[in-house]
Amino acid sequence: MSKEDNRRMLLEKALKEYDFQASALLEILHKAQSIYGYLSKDLLMDIAQSLHLPPSTVFGVATFYSFFNLTKPGEHIVTGCLGTACYVKGSEQIMQAIEREFNVKRGGTTADGKLSLFVTRCIGACALSPAIIVDDEVIGKATKEVVIERIKQLLGGSNQ
Amino acid sequence: MKLADLQKIAEQEVDFQRAYKYRINVCCSSGCMPLGALKVLEAFEKAVKEFGVEKECKVARTGCPGTCSVGPVVVVEPGDYLYQNVTPEKAREIVRDHIVLGLPAKDLLYSNEQFFKKQKRLVLRNAGKIDPYRIQDYIAMGGYSALVKCLATMTPQGVIYEVMTSGLRGRGGAGFPTGQKWSLVARAHGSPKYIVANLDEGDPGVFANRTLAEADPHAILEGMAIAAFAVGAEKGYIYIRAEYPLAIQTLQRAITQARSMSLLGNNILETSFKFDVELRLGAGAFVAGEETAILASVEGRRAMPRPRPPYPANSGLWGKPTLIQNVETLANIPLIIMNGGLWFSKIGTPKCTGTKCFSLTGKVNTPGLIEVPMGITLREVIFDIGGGVQKDRKFKAVLVGGPSGGCIPETHIDQPIDYESLKNLGAIMGSGGIVVLDDQSCMVDTAKFFTEFCVDESCGKCTPCRVGLTKIKGIYDAITQGNGRMEDITVLEKTSVYIRDASLCGLGQTAPNPVLTTLRYFKDEYIQHIKDKKCPAGRCFKTKEGEQ
Repeated sequence: MSKEDNRRMLLEKALKEYDFQASALLEILHKAQSIYGYLSKDLLMDIAQSLHLPPSTVFGVATFYSFFNLTKPGEHIVTGCLGTACYVKGSEQIMQAIEREFNVKRGGTTADGKLSLFVTRCIGACALSPAIIVDDEVIGKATKEVVIERIKQLLGGSNQ
Repeated sequence: MKLADLQKIAEQEVDFQRAYKYRINVCCSSGCMPLGALKVLEAFEKAVKEFGVEKECKVARTGCPGTCSVGPVVVVEPGDYLYQNVTPEKAREIVRDHIVLGLPAKDLLYSNEQFFKKQKRLVLRNAGKIDPYRIQDYIAMGGYSALVKCLATMTPQGVIYEVMTSGLRGRGGAGFPTGQKWSLVARAHGSPKYIVANLDEGDPGVFANRTLAEADPHAILEGMAIAAFAVGAEKGYIYIRAEYPLAIQTLQRAITQARSMSLLGNNILETSFKFDVELRLGAGAFVAGEETAILASVEGRRAMPRPRPPYPANSGLWGKPTLIQNVETLANIPLIIMNGGLWFSKIGTPKCTGTKCFSLTGKVNTPGLIEVPMGITLREVIFDIGGGVQKDRKFKAVLVGGPSGGCIPETHIDQPIDYESLKNLGAIMGSGGIVVLDDQSCMVDTAKFFTEFCVDESCGKCTPCRVGLTKIKGIYDAITQGNGRMEDITVLEKTSVYIRDASLCGLGQTAPNPVLTTLRYFKDEYIQHIKDKKCPAGRCFKTKEGEQ
């Protein structure tokens, strides 16, 4: 079975699990994003048809919530927490340092598609502030040196 | 499952736990996980085997005792010895010294008694003590006996009466009397009725609800089931942030376990009462915490608020009567049922009973999750529990209530914490965020930061919030880049008042709070920024390449 068929099957399973109910749209979008990595236009159209919803409704919901990605993210994802506690402890400065070091803007991806930089408003690790998430690893009490070093390791690793 | 069965499980579990002389509680919540808690847990399990003490020492995976700043943390019972910054190597040392030799490893202990002294842990009664993955642990602590009591000996009216007597008010921030809300939903016409538990902890800097869900998920479920019995609901949803994967997983497990023991589902405890709970995931929208917006989101739509009335009590989910309650409120319910509303009403202050969980963060020596009786002062929280300002710097202000809260200066921190006092100071209880700022924080920059947050999070439905906040943000940009004018201060004030008075929902109505409180208490800093083009804290007027 191709990778694409496999993904479609997982999505179909999720749709069935929620009985194709329109009220489960957010749940379906969450599932779809975890399966495909992001929500492409075709995918949103597909979901709209499956749930018998107008495409505008599905697109409207997907764009309303910041958790959903509508563009393909990079190979590695760095998310900086800009919640209050992290901001007070200097996460903004770390974000700026990452932007400069890797030539990427928040919300964007590097030209080579290796690194995406996102912002989150609080992951609840406030006592560890500032917190930066590199792929799935939360770096607590982060400094720009530690974070940049960690990202360099990752990027270096993916080149090999 | 009947009452007798539940008691049997409790007794068995207590006997099982008593067979161990020691119990090592390893915090595995989101605070300690990034610091390597799982490796510490493994190391303890290995060490008790290595020293051959696995029969007298139980190693348990638990939730958070609150001291998030010194994680990974581990508590050894009996005696509640709290070890800080535990590593796998130290784990072995603790087992050798404390368990085998019976001598607590003094130099590894957390010595700050002050952190716990003024706290009162009701909602967090089991946090850090029980294994959240085991329903038996909760039952052994008396869990689900309140639900049994309701079903066996009380009427729905009787339950509502107790909650009314307790004086409990909604912990989501607005402080509406809980008993009154229940009574409205109970009397409302329409079927089925729904319950929505709000765990969309969107306030940045707040993690109390998450900690509760990770440490004691059944307390939330039991509170929901009791509420359902009282108002006549059959279906409940827990609306939880997608950013909390561990809490989601913990709650999902708890729901499955409760169903398998018929504490949720049809014929609960062999009565005709039925109630089931499903999770609904948020997707990163701060406004979804507003009660009409949360309904839209649970229904799978954009989380946009609508005007009230009709109130959700009469027309909520799919137009049916719906009770919306914060999870912290719900976790109080089992205690109120077991001990009586009168008992609860004597905790805290007469108008504001019980306790409140706060996430204490920012430039404070011992940040963490705390629970204090209502009426405690901000000074006690910051300087006694929090140990004062980091690095002995000067205290400047405290932000209470999240991005729509207020900045309170030192002159006012002797006020008691309750809904009314905070409102008088220009702040709100919100979901319980306390962020301490020192003299390195610029109040203009802070207000700008919150305004930017609210601009991002405004849903755009009503004009005052959408346009007004954007206008305010523009003024802040000008002031912090050196282009401010004195008349900007008046414009800020006026626009803020318009937004507060004319916005549709709580987000817009409270969004100007940081602007108004910083103008009220720190106007001189605005003037310095505008007239002298100087930022006393050195935060503003930076060029792109400039750094703090």
